[in-house]
Amino acid sequence: MNLQTMLSLIVSSTLVYSAPLIFTALGGVFSENSGIVNVGLEGIMTMGAFSSVVFNLTFASSLGRLTPWLGALVGGIVGLLFSLLHAVATINFRADHVISGTVLNLMAPPLGVFLIKALYDKGQTENISANFGYYSFPGLAKIPVIGPIFFANTSAPAWCGIVLAIVLWWVLYKTRFGLQLRSSGENPQAADTLGVNVYKMRYAGVLMSGFLGGLGGAIFAEAISGNFSVSTIVGQGFMALAAVIFGKWNPIGAMLSSLFFGFAQSLSIIGNQLPGISHIPSVYMQVAPYVITIVVLVAFFGKSTAPAADGVNYIKSK
Amino acid sequence: MIKVSAKTKQILVPIISVIAGFLVGAIIMLIWSYNPFEGYASMFDSALGNMNGIGETIREATPLIFTAIGFSIASTAGFFNIGLPGQAQAGWLSSVWFVLANPHMPKVILLPLAIVIGAVAGAIIAGIAGFLRAYFGTNEVITTIMLNYIVLYSSQYLMQQVMSAKLRVDTDTTKAVSPNGSLHLDWLSNMFGGARINAGIFLAIIATIIFWFIMKKTTTGFEIKAVGLNPFASRYAGMSDKKNIITSMLLSGAFAGLGGVVQGLGTYQNYFTQTASVDIGWDGLSVALLGGGTALGILIASILFSILKIGGLGMQTVAGIPYEIVSIVIAAIIFFIAISYVIGLLFKDKKTPIKVKETESSQIDKEGAQAK
Repeated sequence: MNLQTMLSLIVSSTLVYSAPLIFTALGGVFSENSGIVNVGLEGIMTMGAFSSVVFNLTFASSLGRLTPWLGALVGGIVGLLFSLLHAVATINFRADHVISGTVLNLMAPPLGVFLIKALYDKGQTENISANFGYYSFPGLAKIPVIGPIFFANTSAPAWCGIVLAIVLWWVLYKTRFGLQLRSSGENPQAADTLGVNVYKMRYAGVLMSGFLGGLGGAIFAEAISGNFSVSTIVGQGFMALAAVIFGKWNPIGAMLSSLFFGFAQSLSIIGNQLPGISHIPSVYMQVAPYVITIVVLVAFFGKSTAPAADGVNYIKSK
Repeated sequence: MIKVSAKTKQILVPIISVIAGFLVGAIIMLIWSYNPFEGYASMFDSALGNMNGIGETIREATPLIFTAIGFSIASTAGFFNIGLPGQAQAGWLSSVWFVLANPHMPKVILLPLAIVIGAVAGAIIAGIAGFLRAYFGTNEVITTIMLNYIVLYSSQYLMQQVMSAKLRVDTDTTKAVSPNGSLHLDWLSNMFGGARINAGIFLAIIATIIFWFIMKKTTTGFEIKAVGLNPFASRYAGMSDKKNIITSMLLSGAFAGLGGVVQGLGTYQNYFTQTASVDIGWDGLSVALLGGGTALGILIASILFSILKIGGLGMQTVAGIPYEIVSIVIAAIIFFIAISYVIGLLFKDKKTPIKVKETESSQIDKEGAQAK
């Protein structure tokens, strides 16, 4: 195995495993910047995965190659609707954010499996026929050395996610909407005084996390797992949450941390194909991403500070 | 609006949440044309209708009481200990391993030692997160999530590669623990028609009393609460926040580890390979949220939770309703408890009608205090 094929293997599997995390973490960034802690990303991803798989199985024959993309969109919309529960509970009904988010995590897997049982009469779905597969960018893939490593046989959703992270960074830090959203998470009283509709901003944040989380779950189901069962989404949502904090609540940071987690996850899967690490006991490869995360966090980041009013209910005075 | 005293309201709100949760389940059953009356009847019947059902329900509740206490201690101090599964798993593997490795030790030494070892293992795992939080400010949510995975994969490795093959039946299952290290009690099990109920429930009741005592009667408990309510004020009052962070995480992990111990030495009598995070961790989190973090609340919530879990199995076999409905009901109940503010609007306080306009900050503080 020469260096180039080795690198392209690492890069493409990193991108495949990062894609769901990037979208979900970006959603988390917006929710938390608006002041609503969202530990329910895992549940939102589960609903996204569930709905996209059902959509995919139903329409794959008629929609062909567009199916996974439309399935992801459906996953996003279902995730958005599911996140409304969290939004109403935390913004209007003064619920504790962590408890409400945990409810999403507790609710989604049984709900998904219950519906699968009601629809298909069994505990998990068939494998989907139209998945994301690998994509080569026309033109870019032809560039010598860089092309085959980064742009040939790669994950299209991951590149969409990377571009989206840059766009959302611009939205969050360079637009009026972004400033209003962040001010709702930093100091809702002051924002309200200046005429910002805090409730609206917080709804925007949570619903974005619902849409992007649903999208992330759908991408995971349609690119990696290939079906839906109770164990489709196990921990990816928490990984995305970790990426939000690791990335210091910044879209670009969250995207880079997602890439890092994706890289670490993929290493334990492709590790045995790589010369040099194939003889290391698999437990070290399995544990490495989590140990490295803790070490990096302790050594380089230290205290990560959330938006000041993150997790604090805002009660408008009459 | 019904006029009630504040104390009645405190009891009524969770009861209404539970009823509302069951209603959500009933509506879902109706939508998919299952009969909710038949469903709930078969659920209660199989969980409480015979001695075996009652025994299994209590057995199910036993480890959850420990993990729920673990979650509550950390959450009182202001930490979200999401690492209960890993801590419980560490307690489970280490206690079973210790018992298997020392088959000839007398019971009076072996059993207490195994229990202590399980608690220490859980405490060490949680303590890592506490230490990093105290000295480096590392977010405990991330570290405990990461530790869950580390424990999950390391346990698999330790059991399959490090543990002597003589202690295992096959690569995925250990031998059963010897009677000297088991929590199984013949008379108790026979009383409940051969259910797996074990001495763990007595330990759980003792643990609940210890939990109540620590939180209500000791300086440690007071400091943990104070740090949770306002870390800055408590530091100003001379309490060491570093010490309290670590103490609360150590206690939290020790209780979670004990949950794993009763699972290993009581319920299953062995350890077997886990492919995902241990369920008593997540379920304990649910129980803690249901029980509102108080000792009595946790006891009641763990029984309610177990009736749903054990009864749900019966519901599936008797009424043919998918088991998942009980998990939906549990999530719905927790949701209604989370929005208890809205449910509380149904009632009016009898003695002190709220006429005085409250300032925002005092309202937020109250919310915070309630959430704790």
